[in-house]
Amino acid sequence: MSWLNIVIQGVTLGGLYALFAAGLSLVFGIMRLVNLAHGDLIVLAAFLILGLVTALGLNPFLAALVAIPIMFGFGWLLQAQLLNRTLGPDILPPLLVTFGLSIVIQNALLEGFSADSRRITVSPLESATLALGPIHIGVMPLLTLLSSVVVIVSLNQLFYRTSLGRAFRATSDDRVTAGLMGIRPDRIFSVATGIAMIVVTIAAFYLGTRANFDPTIGPARLIYAFEAVIIGGLGSLWGTLAGGIIIGVAQAFGAAVNPEWQILAGHVAFLAVLLFKPRGLFPRSAE
Amino acid sequence: MTLLETRALTASYGDFQALFGIDMTLDAGETVAVVGANGAGKTTLMRSIAGVLRNGSDQIRFDNEPIGALPAPEVVERGIAMVPEGRRLFPSLSVEENLLIGKYGRAIEGPWSLNAIYDLFPILRDRRNSPGTALSGGQQQMVAIGRALMSNPRVLLCDEISLGLAPIVIRDIYAAFPRIRASGASVVVVEQDIGQALRVADRIYCLMEGRVTLEGPPSALSREAIHAAYFGASRS
Repeated sequence: MSWLNIVIQGVTLGGLYALFAAGLSLVFGIMRLVNLAHGDLIVLAAFLILGLVTALGLNPFLAALVAIPIMFGFGWLLQAQLLNRTLGPDILPPLLVTFGLSIVIQNALLEGFSADSRRITVSPLESATLALGPIHIGVMPLLTLLSSVVVIVSLNQLFYRTSLGRAFRATSDDRVTAGLMGIRPDRIFSVATGIAMIVVTIAAFYLGTRANFDPTIGPARLIYAFEAVIIGGLGSLWGTLAGGIIIGVAQAFGAAVNPEWQILAGHVAFLAVLLFKPRGLFPRSAE
Repeated sequence: MTLLETRALTASYGDFQALFGIDMTLDAGETVAVVGANGAGKTTLMRSIAGVLRNGSDQIRFDNEPIGALPAPEVVERGIAMVPEGRRLFPSLSVEENLLIGKYGRAIEGPWSLNAIYDLFPILRDRRNSPGTALSGGQQQMVAIGRALMSNPRVLLCDEISLGLAPIVIRDIYAAFPRIRASGASVVVVEQDIGQALRVADRIYCLMEGRVTLEGPPSALSREAIHAAYFGASRS
């Protein structure tokens, strides 16, 4: 395998990790909430898409489109009814509650779907490739990368070009003063989590079509997401994409050297970046 | 006509009681100044009216409706906007975005728009794309006042707007007040600078240790009486 092919494989894998991380970055950036159930929510969304495909016979792409508003509503309710109650000066309550939520989701999925591995099939796209000279790119990995770029661009547009985005940033800066502007922080947080669940659903679709998944793989996805967010710099969406790609490329090179080193290589890259840039590559501010 | 009224208003931070039965009125079109030393309860009074601190429902009435228990966003919707102490601009927003956030999610009819604010404080038009917190203290205060005006409030609460500013800058900011009053807004100004308060206010309330110690129009109050109410003892 040529080095160029390895890089391309890594970059497309990085797109998936960026999708894992974007929702986490969004929620942390706005409400400083570290959602330990983020990986499990991705798996939950993957099972939802799979359920829509098998129960209703929907095309997987259509099933993902149907799952998006469902997950938005779920995220909105989750924030409004549960997570908003945990937010405050103490960071421990949201950590404990989302940790508990992670366990609840895993066990509910095990109860409902068993521990068997599943996959969302999108044949014949799964095996389709684009040949660009000597380079071969899988269509689905390419779609994953393009989707991650579209998601990051869309979130940036939302943040910096819309009234809702201004409210997100203002609430993130100072929620008491935001209240004096007529902004209801609780509602802003609920909308933010709803939007994060849209990104989670997109990530879940590509997770489920790329590899097998089962109810217990959420925490490992959470670690990749954390690493991508931290490499990129907290609060930077483009940094999150860069972080995902760095992990993906490191894993691809690790796998090329020795398949057992794939995961380890990603973690080593994370630690190496932290060693030289403890605040990440693109921190939002220089405070 | 009384627009805003507090009735035996009390407020506490945990076990510490900051206000002890404040009675205050603000008539339509009027400017009232609240003066007092540090710790007198001025900011607590403003925060209570603005809904940052919750009170008994009937302890604060606006337009003859009880608003004491309403949260800040609902108080803003009723028509009371606040310029908080220390400006509290949003660091991640530009000057223009800070102004626009003042009317978040609402289309409010009234005299104040982005252009009207830029006419009031022309320097902000030139700095509209700068981060709000990159401005000088005086310019930041202009943004904070403009941001509050963007909601076209019927009552504008200004908490210590001259704090930490040079006298010439304070003069420039207060020069905007006649236009703000002409727009129809009633104003409550919290000031430590008694001279400034006397110049802008139709009536003055002096607070000390959470209680009103003096009230009346500036013309009816002697300097000695104000000093006594302000410091708790007469100064010769």
